Amino acid sequence: MTTGPGDFTERAGDQAYHVRPYRPPVNLLWWLRRRTYLFFVLRELSCLAVAWAVLFLMLLVRAVSEGGDVYAHFVTWARMPWIVVLNVVAFAFLMLHAITWFNLTPAATVVRLRGQRVPPAVIAGSAYAGWVVVSALVAWIVLRQ
Amino acid sequence: MTDTIALQVTRYRPDRETEPTVEEFAVPLHNDWAVLDGLNHIKDNMDGTLSYRWSCRMGICGSCGMMVNGEPKLTCASFLTDYGRGPVRVEPLAGFPVIRDLVVDISDFLRKLPKVKPWIVREDEEPVGAGEYLQTPAQMDAYRQFSMCINCMLCYSACPVYALDPDFVGPAAIALAQRYNLDSRDQGAEVRLDLLIHPEGIWGCTFVGECTRACPKGVDPAGAIQRYKLTAALHSVKSLLLPRGAR
Amino acid sequence: MAERTKQSGRTTEPILWLLFSAGGVAAALFLPILIFIFGLAVPLGWVAPGSNHLQGVLANPLTLLVLFGLCVLSLFHWAQRFRYTLIDGLKLKGYQRLINMGCYTVAVIGSLTVAVVLWLAR
Repeated sequence: MTTGPGDFTERAGDQAYHVRPYRPPVNLLWWLRRRTYLFFVLRELSCLAVAWAVLFLMLLVRAVSEGGDVYAHFVTWARMPWIVVLNVVAFAFLMLHAITWFNLTPAATVVRLRGQRVPPAVIAGSAYAGWVVVSALVAWIVLRQ
Repeated sequence: MTDTIALQVTRYRPDRETEPTVEEFAVPLHNDWAVLDGLNHIKDNMDGTLSYRWSCRMGICGSCGMMVNGEPKLTCASFLTDYGRGPVRVEPLAGFPVIRDLVVDISDFLRKLPKVKPWIVREDEEPVGAGEYLQTPAQMDAYRQFSMCINCMLCYSACPVYALDPDFVGPAAIALAQRYNLDSRDQGAEVRLDLLIHPEGIWGCTFVGECTRACPKGVDPAGAIQRYKLTAALHSVKSLLLPRGAR
Repeated sequence: MAERTKQSGRTTEPILWLLFSAGGVAAALFLPILIFIFGLAVPLGWVAPGSNHLQGVLANPLTLLVLFGLCVLSLFHWAQRFRYTLIDGLKLKGYQRLINMGCYTVAVIGSLTVAVVLWLAR
């Protein structure tokens, strides 16, 4: 019997015996093994949509500040098919981020009122309500005449 | 003649194999048999060399954790009839080194557990004559869920971070630390914080949430860890901003 | 070496996690609607806010402040999530220090860029 790394010797009284534990390797595609793992990785990758949104917003801000023509040029650029597709995908991932974030918020925030724990659904509900309010506010500010 | 169901069981005999193999056994399909009963039947009637851990057979000792059809389960709490016509794949608990057959090496967890001091830590002990430390039902409610842990380690098996990095302290150890942090009788929160706020402690967790899904006792270790992150982060900020005397 | 990394990890990890959390909240609240409006609705012609009106909104110091906070926090949120995704997803634990420094350098450079763009737009 050959020895290898990770083997060790145990003693029981006078008897010594060799233990060779088997360590299964972790596949690089471990996250494809389960639907929940895949969902987790997609959720984490939504951070790329967040980074893209920041970049896009900065391009927008620069276009707006430079005035009419530059802004029109920006809108034309943003209308290009591959930019639209990119933004559709980014929007989907941003929604994934927001929904998973608000659903998981109750796990970290435990609030006790008068000795009772506030139900997780109330915490998540408040987060969603805040989301609606902020979105409505932003839309109103941007779109009002 | 009772129906049978096939149990595909991992075998690993280090004295003559370098890798595990799979052996199939046809086990009687009784309505009230758990997977553990199937394993016991194999050991008693078919192959006495099959090695596995079990004890209470009622989901309280935490000994019989194994992978059943790829999911970490207590074999005493998984019924053969849950798996239709089979076959039922029984493998050793994922994420741990396999010693033999279905027996895994849990010494890593046993080493980590005492490090988080899973007992009541007091700075000042009351004299015995003063009586017990009293606790209201609401105070017990604060940590009750986390006290349900039976150390079965299904959560470690489900956790991809632990599989990738065995240095990670892991779900059960942190949940148990929280069980005592949130206990009103305990005064050891600072000590445990010191032990767990490092990159392989609570910060290693990326909130996959599989541990909570795998837990047979509803402990919700993922929730415990997220709450702990918030507590630890706020504590760190406070200690950075406030001078020692003011704390 | 490992000990020193562990020590510095104790002070930096909590702060980075708080930035990640704050960034997560900010990104979740503001980015979906902003990308919906400016990434989809405006280019596809569903709405057409005038560029003068938008300039007026941008000129407000409150807008600049909110945008700055939103973008910086979002970048640090990205850095935290992305570094963990690289290390866990691609099994790159050995390159941890490099990946960490890389991601946060990008976040810092990005934040400076945001500051410059917003300053020039005021």
